[in-house]
Amino acid sequence: MRRSRLDRRTVLRGLLGGAAVSIGLPLLEIFLDDHGTALADGGALPVRFGTWFWGCGMNPDRWTPERVGAGYDLPVELAPLAGLSDRVSVLSGFGVTLDGRPNLPHWTGVMATLTGSVPRRDGDVDAPTLDTIVSKAIGSATRFRSIEMSATGIPGQSYSREGTSLVNSAAVSPLELYARIFGPGFADPGDASFQPDPRTLLRRSALSAVREDANRLAARLGSHDRRRLDQYLTSLRQLEQQIEVSLRPPDLAACRKPEAPAGEDVGSDLERATATHRLLADVAIAAMLCDQARVFNMVFSWGTSELRRQGTDTAHHQLTHDEVVDKELGYQPRATEYSQASVAEWAWFVRRLAETPEGAGSLLDHCLVLGHSESSFAKSHSVAGLPVMLAGTAGGRVRSGLHVRGDGEPVTRVGLTVQQALGVAAESFGTGSMRTDRPLADILA
Amino acid sequence: MAGSRILVGALLAALALPACGSSGGAGGGPRTTPTPAPSATATPGPTPAPPSTKAGPAAMRRLTAPQYRATIADVLGEDAVAPGRFEPDQRVSGLLAVGSADVSVSPSGLEQYDAMAREVARRALDPDHRDAVVSCSPQSTVDDACASAFLRATARRLLRRPVADDEVSAWTAIAREAASDLGDFHAGLEVALSALLVSPEFLFRIDETEIDPERGGERFTSLSMAHRLSYLLWNSTPDEELLAAGERGELVDPAGLASQVDRLLESDRLDTSVRQLFADAWGFDAIEQGLVRKDPEIFPAFSQEAIRDAEEQTLRVVVDQLLARDGDYRELFTTRRSFMTRPLGILYRVPVRSPEGWEEWLFADDDRRVGVLTHASLLALRSHPGRSSPTLRGKFVREAFLCQDVPPPPGNVDFSMFADDANQKKTTARERLEAHVSNPACAGCHALMDPIGLALENFDGIGVERDTENGAAIDASGALDGDAYADAPGLGAALARHPQLGPCFVETAFRYSVGRNPVAGERDWLEWAQERFADSGFRLRPLLRTIVTSDAFRRASGPREASTATTANAHPDDADAVGAEGSR
Repeated sequence: MRRSRLDRRTVLRGLLGGAAVSIGLPLLEIFLDDHGTALADGGALPVRFGTWFWGCGMNPDRWTPERVGAGYDLPVELAPLAGLSDRVSVLSGFGVTLDGRPNLPHWTGVMATLTGSVPRRDGDVDAPTLDTIVSKAIGSATRFRSIEMSATGIPGQSYSREGTSLVNSAAVSPLELYARIFGPGFADPGDASFQPDPRTLLRRSALSAVREDANRLAARLGSHDRRRLDQYLTSLRQLEQQIEVSLRPPDLAACRKPEAPAGEDVGSDLERATATHRLLADVAIAAMLCDQARVFNMVFSWGTSELRRQGTDTAHHQLTHDEVVDKELGYQPRATEYSQASVAEWAWFVRRLAETPEGAGSLLDHCLVLGHSESSFAKSHSVAGLPVMLAGTAGGRVRSGLHVRGDGEPVTRVGLTVQQALGVAAESFGTGSMRTDRPLADILA
Repeated sequence: MAGSRILVGALLAALALPACGSSGGAGGGPRTTPTPAPSATATPGPTPAPPSTKAGPAAMRRLTAPQYRATIADVLGEDAVAPGRFEPDQRVSGLLAVGSADVSVSPSGLEQYDAMAREVARRALDPDHRDAVVSCSPQSTVDDACASAFLRATARRLLRRPVADDEVSAWTAIAREAASDLGDFHAGLEVALSALLVSPEFLFRIDETEIDPERGGERFTSLSMAHRLSYLLWNSTPDEELLAAGERGELVDPAGLASQVDRLLESDRLDTSVRQLFADAWGFDAIEQGLVRKDPEIFPAFSQEAIRDAEEQTLRVVVDQLLARDGDYRELFTTRRSFMTRPLGILYRVPVRSPEGWEEWLFADDDRRVGVLTHASLLALRSHPGRSSPTLRGKFVREAFLCQDVPPPPGNVDFSMFADDANQKKTTARERLEAHVSNPACAGCHALMDPIGLALENFDGIGVERDTENGAAIDASGALDGDAYADAPGLGAALARHPQLGPCFVETAFRYSVGRNPVAGERDWLEWAQERFADSGFRLRPLLRTIVTSDAFRRASGPREASTATTANAHPDDADAVGAEGSR
């Protein structure tokens, strides 16, 4: 490869020689320091944040480790994490304080975790979700603010929300997601003849005219509509950013334009959801390696999980309510099959990140991924002791591989920890009794 | 939630009984008592003059996906309509039309609009189509006169208003720069047009108000009336005649308004918009987006083609009954008239002669298929991927046809109560749902939903007829608010007789028309319009005329102020029923 024969001094001289040259050069491995973790100019590889959600929780007795701290044990429902427990922290016993508000089934738990606020009514989103907060800190320089995905085929099934009426809808088709990220707008670093499309530059100036129109329009609107227009303008800025970024190829060494996903078959049965999840995940991973996005949200199943075995008439969520707790086993065997399959798929995802090389380590080393569900024991819609996990070390900003007990403390402590780890200037998170100014000291490095 | 929809059993909840309690008994059941207006006039009878109305606030509405496509087709030609996904529309209080006044555009949503805009512009201006949309011939690569003529005319239609000279100059400058860089006049127009198509004034319809010089208060401007009328009655941008009438100020005048309303109501294009009204109210967008999926092992007869035909069948029956026949709305629930295609013949198990296309169909007098409740579209939509759902079906009937909101289940239901009898073999849905009835925390609400849905149990999760479930005979009998029935046709008849059916449709049509829930100052008018609807024999055209000529449609309290909006809730039984309320 040409890359290995270049010496650093030559390239630097070339860079200094002219701005025009510097635009198109990919980031070469020779810019990495001896550990391969940082750029020659001292900049680290980008840190990414993601959420990975599954619906209908777990069985607390079978899920919660006994030992705290490092080297925690893996009870049967965490068994799929075998070999990964030093890369994943388990945060047990963190929950929701309702402050007299109703526990809205399959909604309160996830919104409390992601927004820090307990919604009053079903469907309400009282504050922006964690991913949108974090993306403002780490996602604004990339082509995509974030990537939302749903493995069971419903675009509206996304918990990434700025508020009640602004949903960042999910990609459900791996092929469509691939086309969106690696289609014509992608500047392929492997393409030596890359030239920005002259239309791209023209679009940029055309969009600035749109912005002026929008600003004029704002003066004619009431407060409700102005707020909506502001959101539009934020989206417009993101679109302009996308154009800006697409003028030069990505400069990460691990970036390769992947092959398009081979085939897809979207559906809510476990077989299809699992296959779709893996295809979507691989597109998202390639996107992160090429720094097209630094934030992602994966919904493996919705809060009212519709996972089902093909040929069976009752889905996971329905089973959590209808199925008897087996007196001998002490749990609902059929419903549990789906929650365990979900945790197994979460483990697949973490392992995939861990096995994806980047710099001197893996992509997981530069990620922080929040794995969570909206309830603990779904049969009773319990929001006490929500299952929460953190995978990855965020480029050394968090410690991993710990079991931390929450003992009933608010789950917002996790959200605050995530924000502080990722450089959000947040001193507190949450409202009412959920408000906290105490991040998890064990986790923050 | 704006005060339009009464929470069933809210009163009982206030008395610390479980939500829904045991209401829903005889005598028409729980129903909306109109909220008295602050300055209530005398209770209006069927008087000729409408009661005084204080209209609600105005808000801009995002074009729905069908409106976007229709607008492109009208302005740039059918061939310019590009395939592709949009950001999902959001259903609020049961209607996408109401949600359209809440939604904004997310980053990924704008990305989709932008990709769509570029593709639309490319198609509209490709060598085969450019002459149809650009009326002048460019004299050179850069031709400001020709570019500005095109952009002025196109922007006027897309933005639904005359455009100022400085705006035209700005768009022309973009076209000029692009044309000279790309060495192609039409490529220049393409860049300008694709930017115009992501302008917020195109993606949102801006309803502007002004002081009413004669009566005081705020009214919609004549220009805003033009697109309020056209998107409601034609589901697209105003045509030249309507836009010109709007520009001349004629649509704030009752006579000028009436003459345009007559024209729009008599046009064939009214079909499109009536279809849209019903598709929205009944949740057919999930079918259109391919989101209704069924287990192929359990339902091998199901296909996307069949469910799309099922939607079309229902909309054909609606248009035939309400427009072609100018018939009674209530008969939608009792009619035996329908339409068939070959793929539908598989679901309905009937022989269809025509290999392609549609044929009229009349169900026999002793057939269970009577009225839209027995249509495969609604039945499949309110079912799970692997089975039917009496609860979802009953909830849908309560909400969509009777305007009653069934509250979400309490979060603290102790489901372990079900444990004792759950090992018993349960063959039919009625037996499975016994648990709801035996648990007081569930019984109140489920008593409102389940009996309705159980009447439809002779149709499985994709709407195929059946006599038994798991070998046991299906008992479809029950009662709707005290009106007893033996089977699905009986349910349809009971619904058609229900005193709330007509009033609910008026409320739905009104909410669809104005993109919001009614406010207190419109309650008297709404009641009056409900009586007018009954007086007219429950006919749609007179109802639409009543709405669009009302103060509630023509006037506003002013721009809407910021507040939080509600969205629909998810019920335990909503898990995979995307048709019910999307997915929030």
